[in-house]
Amino acid sequence: MVQEKKKIIVKKHPLVIRWTHWVNFPVLGIMIWSGMMIYWANDIYRIGWGDKTVLKFFPDSFYSALNLDGRLSDGMALHFLFMWFFFLNGLVYVLYTIISGEWRMLWPNRRSFKEAWQVLLHDLHIRKSGPPSAKYNAAQKIAYSSIILMGLGSLLTGLSIYKPVQFGWLCTMLGGYEWARVEHFVLTIGYVFFFLIHIVQVIIHGWNNLQAMITGFEIKRIKSETIQEPKAEEQKTAN
Amino acid sequence: MKKKDLREEEIPVKNIRRRTILSFVVFFVLMGFAIAGWKWLNRQDTSDGALKPLRAVLNENEKINSAIEGRNHLVKEYPKSKADKNVRVNGDVGMGDDFMVDTWELTVNRHPESNSPDSVLHLNMDEIRKLPFKNLIFDFKCVEGWSQITNWGGTKFSDFLIRYHLGTHSGKAPDPSHPEDMYKYVGLMTPDSAYYVGIDMQSIMHSQTILAYEMNDSILPKNQGAPLRLIIPIKYGIKSIKRIGYIYFSDTRPKDYWFERGYDYDAAL
Repeated sequence: MVQEKKKIIVKKHPLVIRWTHWVNFPVLGIMIWSGMMIYWANDIYRIGWGDKTVLKFFPDSFYSALNLDGRLSDGMALHFLFMWFFFLNGLVYVLYTIISGEWRMLWPNRRSFKEAWQVLLHDLHIRKSGPPSAKYNAAQKIAYSSIILMGLGSLLTGLSIYKPVQFGWLCTMLGGYEWARVEHFVLTIGYVFFFLIHIVQVIIHGWNNLQAMITGFEIKRIKSETIQEPKAEEQKTAN
Repeated sequence: MKKKDLREEEIPVKNIRRRTILSFVVFFVLMGFAIAGWKWLNRQDTSDGALKPLRAVLNENEKINSAIEGRNHLVKEYPKSKADKNVRVNGDVGMGDDFMVDTWELTVNRHPESNSPDSVLHLNMDEIRKLPFKNLIFDFKCVEGWSQITNWGGTKFSDFLIRYHLGTHSGKAPDPSHPEDMYKYVGLMTPDSAYYVGIDMQSIMHSQTILAYEMNDSILPKNQGAPLRLIIPIKYGIKSIKRIGYIYFSDTRPKDYWFERGYDYDAAL
């Protein structure tokens, strides 16, 4: 046989997961953008102590650069349309992972938290080999499960500040109106951090990994003879 | 590293290429649709300050919300000790300096079309103070995103309507068991007509909606809407109009200052 290599595909991401992932990307982007228009109207959060402010959310230049200032009503109108897409898309994803059994690859188990540490050391080039993993490694399991819980958190905190009288019980459970607003904001900051790490990881792991989120499969190149006819392989090397 | 639970499949190279291209074509077409959709949305005309499709969704959200949740939830009330002494002043539309509290009177139009003398009611503060007193300490919420526990005193709007037989087509006192007799909306305006709100009747009849003439147990300050303002805890503060000059009734939405500037009509909490 002359054929040196052959390609096989490794099925990775089911269609529903790919769709919901890519639908979520612009939807969450618009939710964050319009959310910042709403936040602008009472932008009181900062990192600091006493009179000392290390970081103000957000500097005026930030608002004007992103065209966010003076647009409370625009922000609310956008937020209250795209909240439906965010909710429905998330619901489809969660229902699909439950019904299909995909959740088993996603949900961390007892070992995951220890293994996630090893993954971190490996990623930081401190440790040579990572722990064995299936579709997702332990760190991914924790990250991807957390992001789903964060999505649920955004829905609940969002609902409680959207209708704090009608959902007064929810508002109280979340620590009151002011706290629910803080939580809603902190979760959003969390998405931004997730996004940054996610992008870095995607770049590091290369094209095959990225394109699997679009095509659904990774491509594995194997030397067919290696597997089927070791002798032929030896001969070829000899030649 | 073996991905042990991922299914491997051997398909011809030609098919791999075909499936890859197909996936990417679909992906970019959809992203193209998303961008085109976004541009389409932003090209639309506005309706009362909001892009038309967004205005339509705001209206639908209100319907869904009032259908599911109604307008009868009570807001939490607080003890006096929790009330803030420095009550925030926000918004000065309709609050011009050329206004005399002493010569103020409230003008109420019983029916939308009629301006006949017997359809118009004029009331002064003494008459309003005769109505049963209601104290309300609650967490006032501004559409901007802040809130403050504040202490108000006045009379229930529902008591006011019942006493003066207002808000009904028939001219009888409003009776929640006969909603068909009640006008659907109440409109309120400042004396100079510069600030105005419209509120659905169910929310106006809410037991915590008050016509307030006291704040922190003393007379309402001028910058808080003296002599008479609305306090409606189940809606954002934009609906709690200060310095009420006119009240009227309608079966269609009365004009609303912030609605015209892109906010949703209900502003329900």
